[in-house]
Amino acid sequence: MRTLFFLLRKEFLQIFRNKLILRMIFALPVIQLIILPNAATYEVKNITLSVVDHDHSEYSRKLINKFTSSGYFKLADYSDTYNQALDQVEKDNADLIVEIPKGFEGDLLRESETKILFAANAISGQTAGLAVAYANSIVKDFNSDIRSEWISPTRFNALPIIEITASNWFNPQMNYKKFIVPGVLALLVTLVGFLMSSLNIVKEKEIGTIEQLNVSPIKKYQFILSKLIPFWLLGLMVMSIGFLISFIIYGIYPEGSFWVGYLFAGIYLIALLGFGLLTSLMAETQQQAMFISYFFMLVFILLGGLFSPIENMPDWAQYLTYINPVSYFIDTMRMLVLKGSSFWDLRFNFLVIIGFAIAFNGLAIWKYKKTV
Amino acid sequence: MKQLLTFLTKEFHHILRDKRSLLVLLGLPIVQLLIFGFAITPEVRNANIAILDNAKDEITRQITNKLENSKYFDIDRTLINNEQIEKAFKSGKIKLAIVFQENFANELLHTNKAQVQIIADATDPNQATTLINYASAVIMDYQNDLNSQNKLPYTINSETRMLYNPQLKGAYTSVPGVMGMILLLISAMMTSISIVKEKELGTMEILLVSPMKPWFVIISKVIPYFIISLVNVATILLLSVFVLGLPIEGSLFLLIFSAVLYIFCALSLGILISTITDTQQAAMLISLLGLMLPVVMLSGYAFPITNMPIILQVLSNFVPAKWYIIIVKGVMIKGIGISQIWKELLILTGMTILFLSISVKRFKIRL
Repeated sequence: MRTLFFLLRKEFLQIFRNKLILRMIFALPVIQLIILPNAATYEVKNITLSVVDHDHSEYSRKLINKFTSSGYFKLADYSDTYNQALDQVEKDNADLIVEIPKGFEGDLLRESETKILFAANAISGQTAGLAVAYANSIVKDFNSDIRSEWISPTRFNALPIIEITASNWFNPQMNYKKFIVPGVLALLVTLVGFLMSSLNIVKEKEIGTIEQLNVSPIKKYQFILSKLIPFWLLGLMVMSIGFLISFIIYGIYPEGSFWVGYLFAGIYLIALLGFGLLTSLMAETQQQAMFISYFFMLVFILLGGLFSPIENMPDWAQYLTYINPVSYFIDTMRMLVLKGSSFWDLRFNFLVIIGFAIAFNGLAIWKYKKTV
Repeated sequence: MKQLLTFLTKEFHHILRDKRSLLVLLGLPIVQLLIFGFAITPEVRNANIAILDNAKDEITRQITNKLENSKYFDIDRTLINNEQIEKAFKSGKIKLAIVFQENFANELLHTNKAQVQIIADATDPNQATTLINYASAVIMDYQNDLNSQNKLPYTINSETRMLYNPQLKGAYTSVPGVMGMILLLISAMMTSISIVKEKELGTMEILLVSPMKPWFVIISKVIPYFIISLVNVATILLLSVFVLGLPIEGSLFLLIFSAVLYIFCALSLGILISTITDTQQAAMLISLLGLMLPVVMLSGYAFPITNMPIILQVLSNFVPAKWYIIIVKGVMIKGIGISQIWKELLILTGMTILFLSISVKRFKIRL
């Protein structure tokens, strides 16, 4: 116990000595948590329109009005031809072209049928899909306005109509920040914990101080514990500050119990730090450790479900996310913050993360050889 | 000149000796591109849903089947009462619950009106909207089949054209994004770390007292990583064309020229980081913790910049990756020429000069 205490004192001294790193560990996550979630919005507000109106009729004007007053679209310009509009898309001045053909109003009134063309800049398929969906719903609205203008309303529908009502649970205001903040917080805690731990032991190797540790009467588990505990505390502190910021700035706090959150984060950090120490033990130089941790962090983050839902991935990628500790942490934070899930709801995540913690730390202790 | 060559050889030896790092440096872009190309698709598929069927008649069964058979949905469970809906959501497995009213078929056929409720797990609002749209589309489809004999009067049909990317492949956004991210992170991280390493191990002093000009020391550090980055550009482009099926509509020369410019910019950012840090750990924290998320989130690669608050739109201008991504999208996918991207190229050049001049100012010959 006394040995461990001295080792811990050494680690803390080393951490607190480097002020630059200490400041970064706290400042960078705080700044990023304040700034970045504001960037994360898929909510499409200002889709820029280039309108090609060949009809110049009352209805075409009304339709364009409906577009611009909807709040989703912003008129960039009126183009005379389709090609001119295409030019605007090429220059990134417009996202969506709306072409209203000649005879739009006439056909609608005489033939009872008319058409309209949308062309979207689909380099980002997701944005294009949403833009077209919004555009179609506006046309549908416009369409039923016209129908009620020409057909006298009856008490019963003329044809069988299925009425669809949709409701959004857990986040009725559709606040994207509520979704992204817990994820970003999870990610920042992960980055701090992993980057610190993966460089730690290898630094002692590179500078040569590991030899002194090796020759001193320290048990293997004491060595690993002395490396784990400081970063574990740091990680939990970063998380607490993160919770505070998300409450102060975004008004977001867990619907579920804080304790379950901390319990999970505590176990998760043990697993993560174990993995970091393992990386550190396997690497020969700090540079190597960095590249390896960069590789794992990137893959973990990309497949962690922060930005792109895991359910949309093909099966092989979904299997990969099962062995990705980060995805469990992000998932748990979201369930806690948004849904208020209980310990029992999260039991599976707990089991898996405990498994990771045992496996990584066991490997780390086993991998640490006291000989060079 | 001969001195420089000797130093270069030393640096190359350093890099080539460390096989693991080299593997990561050259392999990472490949892995990342493949993950993006194949794993991360914006397309919804096999979302788990729950059905609460209060009617259990022919029509609700047909609609349920239609949902099940669409590639978007998998029916994970059927529920018996309203209380179960919340439980099903909290366990986290299902994304949508679809509730049919009682006597669905009766109401529909006799009063021409029946109700179905779609409840979405809006923890991810974006995904929720998409799923509601898809589910509504499937149900509307069923209704239109039912009414196929009778057409509604005064109908406006819309035709949709998806420009540049008709199959809506995710790779069209991810490839420019991956290029912007990988080149910046790797170049900045590699150079900053390898320079700081000499400081930390104390070998920088030896280099500085040697008869070589201090700037040659830096240049010889940068050149190997410049070459590695070029190799990365080549692999990314080859993979995106031959594996992911992306076009190169514009001039290949312009594409490579802008990549070279961007790498210069990233390398000078790396040099700048190395002048303000003393330990490898600090350099790494800045280049990973400090750069990774901003580059992903503010470059317009994960989220469209036009939707962001004004302050962030202004901030995004300071992220070099933003300008590079605009260039790659323009040249590679839209096929535009230098006349439409000279502004972006100029900005990147300006940033490079800025980074370099700050580093020159801060660079200390004595430690």
